[in-house]
Amino acid sequence: MRTKTVVRIGALVAAASVVAGLTGCSAQSSGSGSSGAASGTYTFWDPYPQYDASSAWGKLVAQCGKDAGVTVKRTGYDTSDLTNKALLAGQQGKSPDVLLVDNPVVSTLAQSGILTDTATSGLQTGDIAENILGAGVIDGKTYGVPIGANTLALYYNPKVLEAAGVDPSSVKDWDSLTAALAKVKAAGKKGITFSGINTEEGSFQFLPWFWGADADLTKLDSAGAEEALQLWKGWIDEGYAPNSVIQNTQTTSWQEFQSGDFAFGENGTWQKDAAKEMGAGVITIPAKDGGAAPVPTGGEFFTIPVQKDDARYATTKKIVECLSSGDDVVTTDNTLNYVAASKDLQQQQLSGNADLKTWVEAVSAARARTGDNLGVQYPVISEQLWTAVQKAESGSASPSDALQSAQQAVDAKLQK
Amino acid sequence: MTTDTTSLRPSAARPRTEDTPASVRGRRAHAQRRAQLTAWAFLAPVALYLVLFYAYPLWKNIELSLKHYTVASFVSGNAPFVGLQNFADVFSSATFAPAIWHTAVFVLVSILVQFALGLALAVFFHNSFPLSGLLRALFLVPWLLPLLVSASTWSWMMNSDSGIVNAFLGSVGIGQINWLTSPDWSLFAVLVANIWIGIPFNLVIMYSGLQGIPGELYEAAALDGANGWQRFWRVTFPLLRPVTAITLLLGFVYTLKVFDIIWIMTKGGPSGSSTTLAIWSYQLGFGSLLPDFSSAATVGNVLIVIALVVGLIYARVQRRLEV
Repeated sequence: MRTKTVVRIGALVAAASVVAGLTGCSAQSSGSGSSGAASGTYTFWDPYPQYDASSAWGKLVAQCGKDAGVTVKRTGYDTSDLTNKALLAGQQGKSPDVLLVDNPVVSTLAQSGILTDTATSGLQTGDIAENILGAGVIDGKTYGVPIGANTLALYYNPKVLEAAGVDPSSVKDWDSLTAALAKVKAAGKKGITFSGINTEEGSFQFLPWFWGADADLTKLDSAGAEEALQLWKGWIDEGYAPNSVIQNTQTTSWQEFQSGDFAFGENGTWQKDAAKEMGAGVITIPAKDGGAAPVPTGGEFFTIPVQKDDARYATTKKIVECLSSGDDVVTTDNTLNYVAASKDLQQQQLSGNADLKTWVEAVSAARARTGDNLGVQYPVISEQLWTAVQKAESGSASPSDALQSAQQAVDAKLQK
Repeated sequence: MTTDTTSLRPSAARPRTEDTPASVRGRRAHAQRRAQLTAWAFLAPVALYLVLFYAYPLWKNIELSLKHYTVASFVSGNAPFVGLQNFADVFSSATFAPAIWHTAVFVLVSILVQFALGLALAVFFHNSFPLSGLLRALFLVPWLLPLLVSASTWSWMMNSDSGIVNAFLGSVGIGQINWLTSPDWSLFAVLVANIWIGIPFNLVIMYSGLQGIPGELYEAAALDGANGWQRFWRVTFPLLRPVTAITLLLGFVYTLKVFDIIWIMTKGGPSGSSTTLAIWSYQLGFGSLLPDFSSAATVGNVLIVIALVVGLIYARVQRRLEV
């Protein structure tokens, strides 16, 4: 009898703890960023686990440390993991000396108080383009410097367009784009693919159209926003865009484009080499009434987390400046498929590779998602935006209803 | 091992010379204390392990759900205590009722279908026939595949435009079904994938349960003129009851926390139509750029309570079976 009770209790504990395992991970941690003050070792976290110490990036980081007279211990984390890793490390007072994070996360980390602003760290923002730096500016304080920027544009497949009798240069605004899609469909090919998924990627991909209709993130239910959502919804309904865009990540959307059946694919700077390989061209995303639409900036920021020992910032600053504005930054940006963050460096990049013209243009028209002092309001808005996009795409609500309830949800959440 | 022998031997081997009642009592108490200490020493590693890896995270999770954590207070550690406010917020959220409903449908339909098919296959394979071993091994494949692989494969197969399922349906004259991108179908789609993955587990456990039933019972039943159907319902099924109970409990807990399959296939969408409690908890904590740890932990705790309640029901049922 007694053993049975024990077994029973054991089963209960096991049952409860299996579930606890799922949620417990939020409370568990493994802060490994020890920072021995005077040891001459500086810790460096980035979201590039694909590069090891023998890669160009790994060597550059080590070299910049050597130039500053210290050893840099670099660790690459998965980008989705890095925010929580950084918060946990901050909680335990074990923040790395340098933290390279995705730009929309900077405001979240700054809000948590684990980042120094440039006034404390002494980082120079110099001639960095304002629209790229915007993601790191909150309430007039700057919390980091960009390594470079990537963004979105429209790739096109010349073979498909030619078969349909469409000249890519004729695509100037939404109407001419939709007309081109109609021609492509009539020619038996597929129109356009993008990522309309219910994650940050979905918002990222929708923003060029949203901003291209002069909509503003502080008012999701504006007429412009509705037109942008109606545009996407119309493409899906007409069969210009496949139904799978609803669950497409940017990667699966790219795979669709690479199948060779699609005329257009909305995707990022990071695919430009693959695009070249398959002979695809690229144009900027058109705004509703013509011209290049404002696109959201992607790419990482160098940030300097708060340390107990103020004396460390001087050396950390040297390392970051070496990486963000040294001679190698153009090479680095080329390797990482980024457009450099300042106008001068962009020209330098262009003179080496004229193919980048569209991308430099796109980045010049780009905006930071957390810019305009939205800061940590952006994640709340973005979540409601991608939810509204999903509702409209899947037909569970009309674009105007979806956007209205999105704005109501934002108001309710931000009031709290 | 060494602790055991050294601590017990002296008390056992001590010669009995002074037999005054007091000293006997003292010695006995002494020996008892030692034995107790030894017991604790044996218990310590597992107790420590349980506290460190189960009790502490569980406690942290409860603490997260009782305080209002923002990213700032998460780092500084001075989150205000808000009592059950987080629970009130979660229960009154527009996501809550649909998430409970999706969780209930997902879990109940999953374990019922998995169990029925698993049991049917187990009975089928119980009658050994040529190649039955090989076939049974093939049925285990879903279990051996990493969830990431099987969920991705299902996701490709059910793709609206280029998936093989719709290609097949198209060839027999049924139009395109948006398995993963229609709010009406997404829950069904992830259910199908989850059932496929869960069948081997049920098959294996029920099969081993079948092997524990003595063959004479079937012989006796056959002599009494019972047909196959009667043999199953009168002999097999009642004797499998204890195995059935534990299979259903494990299936329930396992399905309740299913996350990977749904996240890979639909991310809980479109527009929340396949969002279960586990998915919702993840979305709150890790799904957006601004983590909401308190709400995520609160939903996690609701999951734990549900699992606990079902565990208690299991214990109740088990006791009644024993009597």
